[in-house]
Amino acid sequence: MAVEFEVNEREVWDGNYAASQALRQADVDVVVAYPITPSTPIVENYGSYVGNGYIDGEFIMVESEHAAMSGCIGASAAGGRVATATSSQGFALMVEVLYQASGMRLPIVLNVVNRALASPLNVRGDHADMYLGRDCGWLQVSAFNAQEAYDLALCAFRIAEHHDVRLPMMVHQDGFITSHTAQNVYPLSNEAAKKFVGTIDPVDDMLDFSRPVTYGAQTEEDWHFEHKAKQHKAIMDSVPVIEEVFAEFKALTGREYKRVEAYDMEDAEVCIIGLGTTVESARVAAKEMRKEGVKAGVVAMRVFRPFPYEELREVLKNVKSIGVTDRSSPGGAMGAFYNEVSAAMMTSESRPLVTNYIYGLGGRDISIENLKTIFKEQQANADAGHITTDIQQFVNLRGPKLGFFKSKRS
Amino acid sequence: MAITSIKNLKEFSTSNDRFEGAHTLCPGCAHSMIVRELMNCTDDNLVVSANTGCLEVSTAVYPFTSWDTSWIHIGFENAATSVSAAQVMHKVRKKKGTLKDNDAPVKFVAFGGDGSTFDIGFQWLSGAFERQHDFTYICLDNENYANTGGQRSSATPIGATTSTSVAGTHSYGKKEKKKDIVSIMAAHGSPYVAQLAPNKWKMMAKGFQKALETEGPCFINTVSPCCTEWKFEPKDTISITDLAVDSLMFPMYEIIDGHELNILYRPKNVLKVEDYLGAQGRYKHLFKPEYRHIIDKIQKDIDEDWARLQRREEARV
Repeated sequence: MAVEFEVNEREVWDGNYAASQALRQADVDVVVAYPITPSTPIVENYGSYVGNGYIDGEFIMVESEHAAMSGCIGASAAGGRVATATSSQGFALMVEVLYQASGMRLPIVLNVVNRALASPLNVRGDHADMYLGRDCGWLQVSAFNAQEAYDLALCAFRIAEHHDVRLPMMVHQDGFITSHTAQNVYPLSNEAAKKFVGTIDPVDDMLDFSRPVTYGAQTEEDWHFEHKAKQHKAIMDSVPVIEEVFAEFKALTGREYKRVEAYDMEDAEVCIIGLGTTVESARVAAKEMRKEGVKAGVVAMRVFRPFPYEELREVLKNVKSIGVTDRSSPGGAMGAFYNEVSAAMMTSESRPLVTNYIYGLGGRDISIENLKTIFKEQQANADAGHITTDIQQFVNLRGPKLGFFKSKRS
Repeated sequence: MAITSIKNLKEFSTSNDRFEGAHTLCPGCAHSMIVRELMNCTDDNLVVSANTGCLEVSTAVYPFTSWDTSWIHIGFENAATSVSAAQVMHKVRKKKGTLKDNDAPVKFVAFGGDGSTFDIGFQWLSGAFERQHDFTYICLDNENYANTGGQRSSATPIGATTSTSVAGTHSYGKKEKKKDIVSIMAAHGSPYVAQLAPNKWKMMAKGFQKALETEGPCFINTVSPCCTEWKFEPKDTISITDLAVDSLMFPMYEIIDGHELNILYRPKNVLKVEDYLGAQGRYKHLFKPEYRHIIDKIQKDIDEDWARLQRREEARV
């Protein structure tokens, strides 16, 4: 039996430490990992729990992130609880096997500490790796601070392993800003966490030899489409389980999570939509704008996959102009998040104006002033009844103002 | 551990059969012989993994499977990792008592072709061996990427024509020697490494049993003649294998703990390599006058390699 690790009612943890404590409390059977900045401390902390006997499970330090996820798949198919962590280039190296994990419906929990993708090489936070994962067939949830990184990692096991879901799940947090910033965190007691997460009840267990299973079969044009459609449906159908687990977590801790979170949106005419740490900055900016008479609000994407189109339409039904923030290089198109939000707004009754702000790449700061400018531009759009700027703009970039695409709509 | 004692081929053919005859491997492919030998040489439960390749695409096409045991395929490169992580999960669940049958003996086996073993999956194989997982890795070495139309791999011998090392007026085929995978795996400090051939089926079964019984990562390179890409009649698979081992193109030997080398088979009459080369279409061009020197080179390499193996056996280092 593992040595008891004492946790206080209030701890000062950074996002990485919070995530590693969630893994410890979830009594993960096998962690297969390869360290990469800025998620390295999750793996290192876990190694120290092993070294000091705080966990009963095993920890396999492999030779690459591709091997880490490959090992997670093998271990998960062998019927136990599995988790790991990565960032950026490591995430990119994992991509091949991320698709295999979801295609085999294995409930692996992956803590992604978001970081930019090279080139140029950069260790700071942006959401390029999160976006790279958006079509991998995983559930994706975003934490905006250390407390949320802890809470959502615990919830992820419940959601992923639920028999109505059986899908792998990523818990995102911003590199350095969340992962390396120590904050107050209120953890569950070991006992309460264990009770909340429960034990895994494996489906298609490779170690149950009374019922042999074949994992990773081949399908061509005769069956591949049906498999992928079924997988997509499983992602879409995970919503009730996500909501049920969030509700149970709220009853236990008082901390409430929603798939789409709205701040000051009751009477808002303009808003910023974002995810990650920028949400908290945008809330500060919105409060300041309200003092200046702008009815500003903030919408945060908690669950990125499955994408909450209907909830977004509901939250944004009275808004006139929306600034969508994308922290990833768009690579010749509008930001991916902008495209999702636009798809939801295109099919709404109000059809508000939607503009796209590319910001914060490679850890570039976004200031309250930057966010206030976005609100002011949204107010100008709302007043004019059309988009008054380029549809896509780069925020806090050196050199002349960079923007693309004019609106044809008036 | 329970190992089926095997006395003759008839008994062997009716032993525990967890690899079904229904699959889509080419007629005459040695892969199925080797896999059946492995599956039949133990009564223990088996968790089997496979890299992408001929074996995988021919035995698990949905909604069918040839595997009457736990089986997993992820990608081209990672069978060693998936099965070794499953082995660790088994250890944890046994300790925690969460297995369906906590006392049943289990063995973990990975299969890969030479492309996935020598080339694209080498990092994953090396990593799993360095971590000392308790599993057996079997390479089905047919010396080319046969699943995708016969491209050269680093297991392809010098002089062979393949679809990417094409023999013609300006080339005798592949220019480079085959990678010495057995020595490389032995250098990992593996407790048991061997090279075996399916024509010597008893010796092969014994080697498999030894690998399964040995704790730690064991590696076996098996010669798997490929009638499709080596260009010979499907009925001749075993006679081609005879030529391969009797010409010493594929010497059969084992290396214990990275240093103790034992030659497992000494041909009574060592054949000239041209008998082996001449029986296959992939070496046909070497018999033209302008390329005959390559046959001489292959023979010289074989003679030197055999002398080196014997010296290593004597030296025990």
